[in-house]
Amino acid sequence: MQGNPTSPPPDAGRRTLVSWLLGGGVAASLASFFYPVARFLDPPMVAEVSVNEVAAGKVQDLKPNSGKIVKFGNKPALLVRVNDTQWKAFSAVCTHLNCTVQYQEARREIWCACHNGTYDLEGRVASGPPPKPLEELAVKIRGDEVVISKRV
Amino acid sequence: MSAAELKAKTFDWFDERLGLRMARDLLDHKVVPLHPGTAWYYFGGITLFLFGVQMFTGLLLLLYYRPTVAEAFDSVRFIMTRVEFGWLIRSIHSWSANLLIFFAFVHMFSVMFTHSYRRPRELTWLSGIALLGLMMGFGFSGYLLPWNQISYFATKVGTDVAGTTPFVGPVLARFLRGGEDVGAATLTRFFAFHVMILPLISCGLIGLHLLLVQKAGMSTPKHLPVHDLSHMKFFPNFFLRELMVWYGVLALLGSLAAIFPWELGEKADPFASAPAGIRPEWYFLAQFYTLKLIPSHVWIIEGELLGLAGFGLLALVWVALPFWAATKPDGSGGRARLATGVGIFLVCYLFTFTLLGYFK
Repeated sequence: MQGNPTSPPPDAGRRTLVSWLLGGGVAASLASFFYPVARFLDPPMVAEVSVNEVAAGKVQDLKPNSGKIVKFGNKPALLVRVNDTQWKAFSAVCTHLNCTVQYQEARREIWCACHNGTYDLEGRVASGPPPKPLEELAVKIRGDEVVISKRV
Repeated sequence: MSAAELKAKTFDWFDERLGLRMARDLLDHKVVPLHPGTAWYYFGGITLFLFGVQMFTGLLLLLYYRPTVAEAFDSVRFIMTRVEFGWLIRSIHSWSANLLIFFAFVHMFSVMFTHSYRRPRELTWLSGIALLGLMMGFGFSGYLLPWNQISYFATKVGTDVAGTTPFVGPVLARFLRGGEDVGAATLTRFFAFHVMILPLISCGLIGLHLLLVQKAGMSTPKHLPVHDLSHMKFFPNFFLRELMVWYGVLALLGSLAAIFPWELGEKADPFASAPAGIRPEWYFLAQFYTLKLIPSHVWIIEGELLGLAGFGLLALVWVALPFWAATKPDGSGGRARLATGVGIFLVCYLFTFTLLGYFK
């Protein structure tokens, strides 16, 4: 026989096969242990409270040139009374990084305290980092009640 | 640079900082004695493995569980019905807890009957007993967390029994309950015990227990000639066998959890009557049934107190085993036969009274 010390032993093929079977078995069993774990980590969808319309309070409770945050489903909305007759409502979630915006009476604009973004009273970005305008909501006055709804 | 050189260099780099060679040498020198009782060496490892399963599945459950009276039951129901494989994870956690206690008992009695607690392994025995107590504490505190009827009343009874301990009883019961009664404060406390306090202490103690086992080496039954025994290398020979055993235990665990999923029961109602057939977890059943049997008063002593005193005395004898049963390394100089007798008595007592408690 040629004296090559590194040549594989005659049953190397069988040994490789057994190694593959063993490794494959271990890998398959590990996959079956950790697949349920991965699925478990994924949080199940919890149904969001979806609303189309909420009562946002009485007309006389909000004086002209002021705003307030109201609950719109499980998200905040900003209701602004621009003057005696004009009302505006927006989603109060800043389009930059999800902070809740507020109305600035002195400057008559909507301001986000987190990163100093501002929007005008049409919801358009006036300055700062927000990439998109605020989502506008519809405001209706029913008797003396202010009602906010999704725009259709 | 060739791959082999790179590997050697990397190894050297880490070795210089971590002492890998030392660890490898230690592992190389660790051996397992071969004799007819070698199989008993697996049980400590099985218990350790199940503890790992508990840590892992416990962490997973912690992602969804909410430890308040208002939300606990609903959050567990959420895990079992809405979270994918949540029923399986919770079922495994419950089953694994029970198997862990069972295998810890097997491990303890195997050590006892082979008299492996003898000098110089007294501290290994003591840390093991302390660990068993901690594991039972895990069981007791974890039982309440789903906040269902059975667990609520079991905790009422359990803390009440603790309250009858002489002298410290009332303080102990108040400490456990976080007040006069089992309620919201108890749940908060048991949650803290179960996920933070007990795990911290257990991890430290398990570390010590393992360290002591390494320090003294594997014990051999005292009637065997220590020097004539052949040995198996721990790594990889014994270790791979142990891994195979763990695979088997995991298969058993998975089957039990899937075929007999753990029930959730009904949400606890402090103003409902205790449900019929209420009883604690099986590892408290023997004591539970014994307390049921003792009459309310024996002579002038309260029955429950007498029972507790009996358990206390037995526990003391058991804990002190290495100090009266075998005082020399070869197992002589003590009362090894008496110890074996006590062990057999204890096994028979636990076995029959657990069965009686279960079926009566």
